[in-house]
Amino acid sequence: MNTQSLPNCHEVQTEQPKLWQLRLYVAGQSPKSVAAFVNLKRICEEHLTGEFEIEVIDLIENPRLAKDDQIVAIPTLVRKLPEPIRKIIGDLSDTERTLVGLQLCPSTKGG
Amino acid sequence: MSRACSLAFEETGEELAQNVRSLGFDLDDLIEKKKLAVDYIYIERSEIEETGEYDLEGLFIRLGYAIDSIDSIGAKRVVLDTLETLFSGLSNVAIVRAELRRLFRWLKEKGVTSIVTAERGDGTLTRHGLEEYVADCVLSLDHRVAGQISTRRLRVVKYRGSTHATNEFPFLIDEGGISVLPITSLQLQHEASIERISSGVPALDVMLGGQGFFRGSSVLLSGTAGVGKTSLACHAVDACCQRGERCLYFAFEESEAQLFRNMRSIGLDLEPWVKKGLLRFQVARPTMNGLEMHLTSIYRQVETFQPRLVIVDPITSFLSSGTDAEASSMMIRLVDYLKSHQITALLTNLNHAGSALEQTNVSISSLIDTWLLLQDLELNGERNRGLYILKSRGMAHSNQIREFLLTEKGIQLTEVYLGPEGVLTGSARLSQEAKEKATAVVRRLAVEGKRETLARRQQALEAQIAVLQLQFQTDKEEMERDIASEQAYVVKLDQSRDEMARSRKADSNGLPVSPKKGRK
Repeated sequence: MNTQSLPNCHEVQTEQPKLWQLRLYVAGQSPKSVAAFVNLKRICEEHLTGEFEIEVIDLIENPRLAKDDQIVAIPTLVRKLPEPIRKIIGDLSDTERTLVGLQLCPSTKGG
Repeated sequence: MSRACSLAFEETGEELAQNVRSLGFDLDDLIEKKKLAVDYIYIERSEIEETGEYDLEGLFIRLGYAIDSIDSIGAKRVVLDTLETLFSGLSNVAIVRAELRRLFRWLKEKGVTSIVTAERGDGTLTRHGLEEYVADCVLSLDHRVAGQISTRRLRVVKYRGSTHATNEFPFLIDEGGISVLPITSLQLQHEASIERISSGVPALDVMLGGQGFFRGSSVLLSGTAGVGKTSLACHAVDACCQRGERCLYFAFEESEAQLFRNMRSIGLDLEPWVKKGLLRFQVARPTMNGLEMHLTSIYRQVETFQPRLVIVDPITSFLSSGTDAEASSMMIRLVDYLKSHQITALLTNLNHAGSALEQTNVSISSLIDTWLLLQDLELNGERNRGLYILKSRGMAHSNQIREFLLTEKGIQLTEVYLGPEGVLTGSARLSQEAKEKATAVVRRLAVEGKRETLARRQQALEAQIAVLQLQFQTDKEEMERDIASEQAYVVKLDQSRDEMARSRKADSNGLPVSPKKGRK
């Protein structure tokens, strides 16, 4: 998995996108959902250059929306932009893996 | 179908609808009527990064949403097909296992019946050994190939709170969906009809106590190749359709068109019956299905068509789809089934030349009520057909062998000639009959000749009698004339003497008579 994402890292390094559109699916105020949101905010602020948008969708309020992004696990972070769509599940406590999931290499930090 | 929702992990909603359309289900219509909801869940491991703690609440939410979207009261059944993908899509098996356990509990609390599919594992019922423990009922389906023929089988592995059947049952998937038919009847409780039905051959009906077969009985026609089994069966078919009853014909050797053509040559036209919907042919190669599948498909056909007569031509074909023991067990169940539904069964059995005639290869002779044996009688360089009744339960039947003729007006049965050399048939019978006829003619002629001689003799005798009588009459008349003339002479003589005496004035004492007579 890691080896697969390496060339992508390289790509991203050369051309950092301007706009990040991220969507976080949660289920109410469960501890994992809350943790995911906190972790996401931190990672975005630390690692993302350019603008980013975080949309939080509570599936308990809008269960209909789960189908569109094929959500099974909670919490799930979906990178809508830049393309292609990527999915990261879990509470995002593993920063390194989250960055790999976002196709951002830790080395691009601050870049 | 009650309200249901399905979570599909392997097929999209469209694919699912497409695939089950061939089984007779219209999913789009059901979805439109809000009887069914289909949600396709897609998990691709390479697109997902796992970063810490998570649960499958999303799945619960989607399932809950799908259940609630059905009508107003929610789905009653949930299908999960198949949970396997969760294991392959997510790397944290511990989380998946724990969440699935929670899912089953949650579904039970919701009061829905859930059907979960899973693949068989190595030595376990399911690959992850989870589903079969949480489920209340486990059905195991498999697909087995024996002798190049595959059969789907179903078995109830466990069913909490019930005394379920433990046997394996074959099941059938066709355009009518899936059918499983329990194939063992445990009791012998057939009704025994006293109604009689014609065999289609009047002379055979006479042999069978004058009225034909019993309704609902099983009739076996056995004989070697080309002896007329199918022809005899088709007569029964024709008779059945003429009564206005439906007949189902399972042909394993001839196609429908071929049967039509062949039967026309003996004066039977079956095609109109098919057009009228009274006759249906099921033509199949015996090797097309396994035995159990054949049985299941026969059951299905019988259930849908509701015939009063079923022909299986020939049962020996089943031997090619299984072992003798399997074929025998299958035939027993078939005969049993038809009997319990009061359907007359006419089975043909092909005997191989040289094998014992009074034996069926599938060993069902003891189940058979009426057994007709068609036999080749070879004599004087020709081969003729003979028919006799080996047994016929419950009726006084003929013990005679009849010669069986296939004519263009159908089957004719004639008495065979029993001579000092045994049974005579065909031309031997004809020549014997001609010989007998000739002898009879000669005898008849001899008698007639004698009778004529007698009549002639009588005539001659009578003629002689007439001649003699005539002669006698003539003689009698002559004699009487003589007598009369003599008498007259005597009288005359007396008169003359008296006259003479008077003329001579002689004494009355008489003198010789004077010749002078004329003096006065």
